[in-house]
Amino acid sequence: MDSIFSTYIWPALIMVGHSLLTLVCLLVFIAFILLADRKVWANVQLRRGPNVVGPFGLFQSFADLLKFILKEPIIPAGANKVVFLLAPLVSVVLALATWAVIPLNDGWAVANINVGILYIFAISSLEVYGVIMAGWASNSKYPFLGALRSAAQMVSYEVSIGIVIVTVLLCVGSLNLQDIVYAQKTGLGTMIGLPNSFLDWHWLSLFPMFVIFFISGLAETNRPPFDLPEAESELVAGYMVEYSSAPYMMLMLSEYAAIMLICALTTILFLGGWLPPFDFWLINWVPGIIWFLIKVCMVFFGFAMAKAIVPRYRYDQLMRLGWKVFLPLSLGMLVIVAFVLKLTGWAG
Amino acid sequence: MGLHAIFFYLFAFVAVASAVMVVSARNPVHSVLFLILVFFNSAGLFLLTGAEFLAMLLLVVYIGAVAVLFLFVVMMLDIDFAEFRQGVLQYAPIGALVGLVVAAELILVVGGSTLSPQAAKSVAMPMPDIAERQNTAALGDVLYTHYVYFFEVAGLILLVAMIGAIVLTLRHRQNIKRQNIARQVARTPETGVEIVKVKSGQGL
Repeated sequence: MDSIFSTYIWPALIMVGHSLLTLVCLLVFIAFILLADRKVWANVQLRRGPNVVGPFGLFQSFADLLKFILKEPIIPAGANKVVFLLAPLVSVVLALATWAVIPLNDGWAVANINVGILYIFAISSLEVYGVIMAGWASNSKYPFLGALRSAAQMVSYEVSIGIVIVTVLLCVGSLNLQDIVYAQKTGLGTMIGLPNSFLDWHWLSLFPMFVIFFISGLAETNRPPFDLPEAESELVAGYMVEYSSAPYMMLMLSEYAAIMLICALTTILFLGGWLPPFDFWLINWVPGIIWFLIKVCMVFFGFAMAKAIVPRYRYDQLMRLGWKVFLPLSLGMLVIVAFVLKLTGWAG
Repeated sequence: MGLHAIFFYLFAFVAVASAVMVVSARNPVHSVLFLILVFFNSAGLFLLTGAEFLAMLLLVVYIGAVAVLFLFVVMMLDIDFAEFRQGVLQYAPIGALVGLVVAAELILVVGGSTLSPQAAKSVAMPMPDIAERQNTAALGDVLYTHYVYFFEVAGLILLVAMIGAIVLTLRHRQNIKRQNIARQVARTPETGVEIVKVKSGQGL
């Protein structure tokens, strides 16, 4: 009896506790990120943004949450009920499941698996199903158009994201997310004799890939300027038109969880994860998770600013950018990086 | 071992049950969704055997790309499925035959290696121990080092097929307006704008 407890039940309890803690922290973080998004947007447009609930409107997201939960969920008469309700569930589960492998600090991942980056890539390639199912099950024109647009867009930009990830993996030599961060301890900066600093991270050595990844990330998560699936002016709210109350909230939540995931992934692949920007005792003393969160917030600020200042793309321009610009560019960079690594022997 | 077995039966049961649903579901979109569930559970089974790379690849390639296309096609096609289903029983014997052949082959392959352990050892490239060489690296050895030419040829064949498909379906229409972004970007005020002094009341 004792052995069953120590081999199965105790580890399972620890794992559940670990996952719950990560999820709760993530959800609270997303609540404030949502507010930050609206605040940045408002400030760019010289508005105040949400400022009523709590000091500076800090609790706006929680008020929204209450409202979403307490309202009546309406299911359209012609909708395919099971798929209609399954779609938000699928999207929210997939969006949150990816966070299991994200290392927030040295060794702070719920599951430190060997194929971590591939796991993220696989699960995020499934996120398109939530959108397609939502669009199809609504049995209405706008959601279906939005779902079709979104599916094509996400599949297209996944290609260049995949190639960018491969380039980073070539430099690292491992699919493990922690190894990717460890590999950024040394880099361009240490090569020319500087101490460990932010110059070692991949953003500098793979700068074109960093830019491509950031923009593809915007497109992959359907963020403006690539938010064609929910372009208000033409499709009202795209695949979310028919949703209300809690299912709508889940779609919204999964969207923001996916955005945070892309921000975290950018941080891990290009901005050195939890590594401090300088090798200095005071800065080294700050725990790694603080650095991680600061970097994630910085990347998200980029996302929010892009939403506020860049006008929306037209659909053919979006496809052109993905297939005719980013794909050749990232393929070319992949070949160049592979050759450089092979000829200089840096690949190890 | 106990936990392993529980998960094996869970994945296997869901996979088989949803495979049955794929062929018996009335709505074709539901069929595709069940097919995705089959793929998902097979990935879980791969994971249980320690083939983590293959499991992830199954997710990325089959669910992330192939099944999306399936779903697209099934959603876009407007087929009367009641009519479509009428002749289904006619083909049942052929389906049963194919199933029988596959089952026999599976029994031969799996049963062969359990009955005579020698047979498993005679494989040209035995899988290295997971502890010493990771799954991903071992697959890379096989694909990119030992069988690199075969791999390249396979890739080339796929490329040719892709180009063929594009050539067959591409219709480049001449009489529509297209955006030339390079030309737009290269425009300057000198080439793009003409400043004219217009006398009031006269026009141009």
